[in-house]
Amino acid sequence: MAPKVKLPKPGELSKIDFKTPATDWMDTPVEFKPGTFCWGSKEKDLLTLGLPNPRQWSPADEDWKIPEGWETTILEGMAERLSKYRSFKIFMDICVRCGACADKCHFYIATGDPKNMPVLRAELIRSVYKKYFTKSGKFLGRLAGARELDMNVLKEWWSYFFQCTECRRCSVFCPYGIDQAEVTIIGRELLNLVGLNIDWISGPAAACYMKGNHLGLEPHAIAGNIESMVDDIEDITGIRVNPTFNRKGAEIMFVTPSGDLLGEPGIQTCMGYLMLFHELGLDYTWSTYASEGGNFGFFTSNDMAKRLNYKIYAEAKRLGVKYIIGGECGHMWRVLNQYMDTWHGPADFLEVPVSPITGTVFENAKSTKMIHISEFTADLIKHNKLNLDPTRNDHLKVTYHDSCNPSRGMGLLEEPREIIKAVCNNFYEMPENTIREKTFCCGSGSGLNASENMEQRMRGGFPRANAVKYVKEKHGVNMLANICAVDRAALPALMDYWNPGVGVTGVTELVANALVMKGEKERTTNLRFEDLPGKGGNE
Amino acid sequence: MDVKFIEIFNEKKTAISSRWLDAMIASYPNDNSGFLMNQKDRFANPVGYTFTIGIEGIIEVLVKGEDFSESVSFLEDIIKVRAIQDFTPAKAMAFVFQLKTIVREELGKEIRQNQIYDALLDFESKIDDLALTAFDIYVKYREQIYELRTDELKRMTFSLLKKANLMSEIPDQEFEHKDQK
Ligand code: SF4
Ligand code: SF4
Repeated sequence: MAPKVKLPKPGELSKIDFKTPATDWMDTPVEFKPGTFCWGSKEKDLLTLGLPNPRQWSPADEDWKIPEGWETTILEGMAERLSKYRSFKIFMDICVRCGACADKCHFYIATGDPKNMPVLRAELIRSVYKKYFTKSGKFLGRLAGARELDMNVLKEWWSYFFQCTECRRCSVFCPYGIDQAEVTIIGRELLNLVGLNIDWISGPAAACYMKGNHLGLEPHAIAGNIESMVDDIEDITGIRVNPTFNRKGAEIMFVTPSGDLLGEPGIQTCMGYLMLFHELGLDYTWSTYASEGGNFGFFTSNDMAKRLNYKIYAEAKRLGVKYIIGGECGHMWRVLNQYMDTWHGPADFLEVPVSPITGTVFENAKSTKMIHISEFTADLIKHNKLNLDPTRNDHLKVTYHDSCNPSRGMGLLEEPREIIKAVCNNFYEMPENTIREKTFCCGSGSGLNASENMEQRMRGGFPRANAVKYVKEKHGVNMLANICAVDRAALPALMDYWNPGVGVTGVTELVANALVMKGEKERTTNLRFEDLPGKGGNE
Repeated sequence: MDVKFIEIFNEKKTAISSRWLDAMIASYPNDNSGFLMNQKDRFANPVGYTFTIGIEGIIEVLVKGEDFSESVSFLEDIIKVRAIQDFTPAKAMAFVFQLKTIVREELGKEIRQNQIYDALLDFESKIDDLALTAFDIYVKYREQIYELRTDELKRMTFSLLKKANLMSEIPDQEFEHKDQK
């Protein structure tokens, strides 16, 4: 039955004072409206992961079924993290409220909701820190910006720490380098202590824990999916590529996010890897065990991220490879570049990556022994090792979205651009304050690319989409390139809403379309089976 | 449209636009710092920019007495933003009607002096038409949000599920219904 609607009295609607009074943020309770939050984690997934308080619950319900004494659990968790992570303690102490970060968050920009200001997002937790861990807060209370930890505060944390995509844009503007992403990471860890995660994170994390990847693909499914890509590649190029799986003694192990194995346009990027590696005659293998580059454990807790990451070095060791190449992904690279070595290194059973084609030694990966596909490809292009026909991409007017993690997290700014310029004749940058280190997030990062929060995603992605709109109107841009699996999954919806007609592609898909392979037949379509410019029959 | 009305409207155009923008921004009461109004960079503040350009565009069309369909794209840009911002439909759309009040207040004196009440009524009918169009646009985008969800699910699983049917578990939708509450 349709829900009952309370009808307004005549004239009431038109008389509404649309300027509702502003309230102090501490007195503004959080609301849960459908479309703007993610479903809560499921009982079975928390059980699988061994996380506290497994139960069925819904954020829309009043009762979140949190165990008695939860306040102590959270405060003890805070104390532990304050002593363990110096950065957390410093971030709690040194903010001078200068406001430089305030208007830099895409969620704030799109909503005007002050709790989405990075400074205030941190304050949600800082106010509790003050109350229980500082003298001034203990004695002066609210005067010193301190407040008690209660259920409303907990719900507010859950709402706003799952409205932060951990993109770190705010940290670029903070004179003290305060990184709200790290505060959010800690906030989510604390929430997980009492069983508060979101389904879109704990589901994939549980699948990854049991089956090696977020999608829960078993080995035969992985091989089967790749085989069907191999068939498609043969249809398009006349060449049958021969990937191997779990092959001991291969020189290189290749790891990519599992999103590339299933969804569109991830699979076209994956076809690109297969074609590129085949053309180079690379001695590499896929693993059906280390079958996930991404890490949704990272959006849960440090321990969970560490646990899910373990398989990568372990599998490299088991297979006896020399080094690892990783596919196009965002947060995967923050984990691999900044955490993996500390957790599971030193990987002294591996060698410093050397490109077998150009001889380039990747000194930057001396310690992790893992390089990004864009570094690898850009190096090939720089040494002129690929036969490329960029005119095959002439129907595309391309712009490039810097994914937050590879750009801000590891400084991968030039390589993707060099690649795109070599394989496309029409490349247009978005405005300066929306790219590179200042790039705007897709709005769906850090596990927020669920579908139930679509409205929230459309908000968070608005600043990004707005910059795309500009190059679309100015240059006729019709393709948004990126090097991130979440981008490939999430940006198509963002474009459909804000900029219909703009497609989304991985950079390696563009490469593969331009790549002239030895012995290939004349191509008439691209990897999406669309007619190539000037070559198709249906134009 | 009445020549005199257009003339006086034109004189007050800037004041009307800026009051209209004020009214629209007032629907974000928590924006204490005035960011949406004050940040003028179109990329740093896309909401403010979209509203400013949209309002100017609509007023420009109305003032010229042109067919209001010319202003639909501006209206669309504004509503697209409002449609994803946590407003009830009434609150999301109120700005269209607020223009009536603003114009009456701004031009009231001149309209009385010049005895052009009919022109005002004419103009208000235009705003009514604009409002009806606005509702259509709003509903279209609200519906699109649901379509985006299904389209995304199709993209996520489409090609390979169909070909190979190899997934051992497809995402369950058991919570979907709660959404409709
Ligand atoms: S990390 Fe990104 S999403 Fe989080 S507060 Fe900073 S800018 Fe916003
Ligand atoms: S920029 Fe840094 S110091 Fe300034 S308010 Fe933001 S977090 Fe605090």
